[in-house]
Amino acid sequence: MNIIVLVKQVPDTTEIKLDPKTGNLIREGIESIMNPDDRHALEAAVSLKESTGGSVTAVSMGPPQAIDVVTEAMGMGADRGILLSDGAFAGADTWATSLTLGKAMERIGDYELIICGRQAIDGDTAQIGPQVADHLNIPHVSYVFGIDEITKERLVVRRRLEDGFERIETPVPALLTVIGELNVPRYAVVGRLIAACREKASIEVWNAADIGCKTNEIGLEGSLTHVIKTFAPKFKRQGEMLEGAAGESISALLGKLRENRIL
Amino acid sequence: MTVWIDADLCNGCKRCQKACPYEGVEMRDGKAHILERCTSCGACIETCKPKAILTDAKPREIPDFTDRQGIWVFAEQRGGALHSVSLELLGKACELAGSLKQDVSAVLMGERMEHLAETLIQHGADHVYLVEDSCLAQYRAIAYTTAFEQLIRRFNPNILLMGATHIGRDLAPRVSRRVAVGLTADCTELTIDPDEKILLQTRPAFGGNIMATIANRYSRPQMATVRPGVMERKEQPEKRGDIIREALSMNEQDIKTKVLEIVREAKKRGDLGKAKIIVAGGRGVGDVEGFKALEKLADVLGGEVAGTRVAVEEGWIPADRQVGQTGQSVRPELYIACGISGAIQHRAGIVNARYIVAINRDARAPIFQVADWGIVGDLHELVPEMMRQLEELKAQS
Repeated sequence: MNIIVLVKQVPDTTEIKLDPKTGNLIREGIESIMNPDDRHALEAAVSLKESTGGSVTAVSMGPPQAIDVVTEAMGMGADRGILLSDGAFAGADTWATSLTLGKAMERIGDYELIICGRQAIDGDTAQIGPQVADHLNIPHVSYVFGIDEITKERLVVRRRLEDGFERIETPVPALLTVIGELNVPRYAVVGRLIAACREKASIEVWNAADIGCKTNEIGLEGSLTHVIKTFAPKFKRQGEMLEGAAGESISALLGKLRENRIL
Repeated sequence: MTVWIDADLCNGCKRCQKACPYEGVEMRDGKAHILERCTSCGACIETCKPKAILTDAKPREIPDFTDRQGIWVFAEQRGGALHSVSLELLGKACELAGSLKQDVSAVLMGERMEHLAETLIQHGADHVYLVEDSCLAQYRAIAYTTAFEQLIRRFNPNILLMGATHIGRDLAPRVSRRVAVGLTADCTELTIDPDEKILLQTRPAFGGNIMATIANRYSRPQMATVRPGVMERKEQPEKRGDIIREALSMNEQDIKTKVLEIVREAKKRGDLGKAKIIVAGGRGVGDVEGFKALEKLADVLGGEVAGTRVAVEEGWIPADRQVGQTGQSVRPELYIACGISGAIQHRAGIVNARYIVAINRDARAPIFQVADWGIVGDLHELVPEMMRQLEELKAQS
């Protein structure tokens, strides 16, 4: 089975802090990492390849430095890497991004399965997977946490719901978005990483022309949504500190709760 | 396209620096400079009073959308039961409808679902679009997308809102791609711009570290998803509305996927989204035993127990109990945060709580900034003390 995996390079948002004076993000020293859900997507693809044969192609879209996540994907077992990188891709919303990725999938052509992470930790939108699937006119299943059956024609997967799960059968080609529950991702193998950094490594960089995108339909120009304002979230409340020994402070707290008719 | 600054015109007001979502502007000798971080998004251009920011991009024409009318809410049902988020969205839709002077409609899909229409009307729907078809009996992405595509092309709505549930987040992007419109996920605030009359969609980004307001000027309907528990439902028992039945052309072969089974996993505890009182724990709770104490407190208060991402990752509580940016948003009357430092990702999930109590050993923990009442101390001493006093109170009454 030939599988394409979509991977994204993201800032490690759990490490981001705000400048207490300006309220701006402090980006200095924030590491760029492979999006956590995407690791599970890669693991799923590589282990499917190991059991059923075929190939794994890792595709990322981003600035030139995003080559790092493609290299890492090769280290984890991808056979081929493609970085979509072009100034014209910059500033894209999910509409323009899914078009760009969709066009790249069409150029790659030979695939039975596309696997991506459910969502990226910088935007948390979870939109790209279903949007790429609709562009390609193939079915998708999101929140996948189990792959029960797989044949040349179809697969049966488990999709996580808030209060349980569904078992869904889909024909191939199909697109899956996966969550962390699916598997435990392997580490990149050093030897493979070194090979992926060599000049002869099978990593290609494609630009807008390579995938046949007009610049007015991609990037910021092709986007349908635009950020018009950003601000630091406000959470402040009238924090009243209740002092004294445990007995006193708790007694004061219960008094407050009764005053406000909570108890 | 490229953005650059005419240094002669720049008056050093720093508006562009504040407006830049990517911190791509720096002040040098009182003049703005565009840095490599610039993505050419253009957010700075409008803010510049002396018009010192130049671009080679042609101004984009905004199409005329005056024929796009009405605010639609996807009435999500599973097995014939409406999801609470749909009723919450109807409450918000009524507010938006007030500023736009347009009607509110609910879109209900499934098989034999007419009995749900009255509830939708009594929560604010002027119209209920009812689509009944055996293909729609269970939620399937392609079936529901095709149904929405046909309805949208027939009726040209202005706004379409869906709950950010596992179904809404599966369906909304597929619909947005199909009808070629923009989509904003997981909004926490929706308002109408008083001048432009467009929907302003505010959502957290970068793991809740910043809030971004997003506009969708170039396509209709303006689509957004909203997490459960963020908006407030408003019952209107006197409200009257009508049902509009729509038949669709759809056949089973085009839908491709099959739902083989739906398995409900019994929850030991109730729904966090509906809880009136939540007792939550974080790293400071220490272990599973610590959470058992919180659970007892929750029981005495008639509430639910929840936790932070750390508590879930440590395996102290199950993942469906997680509150915060990657977990659930909650809006209880009372939220008691025990041993929670208050990382921004967690605070983002509790903004809508009526009252917040924080118990933490570290007086500088950020959770105290968002608390109504705070106690600095050891939760392993304070929680049992609270139990003791509550039981005393019970005995007295």
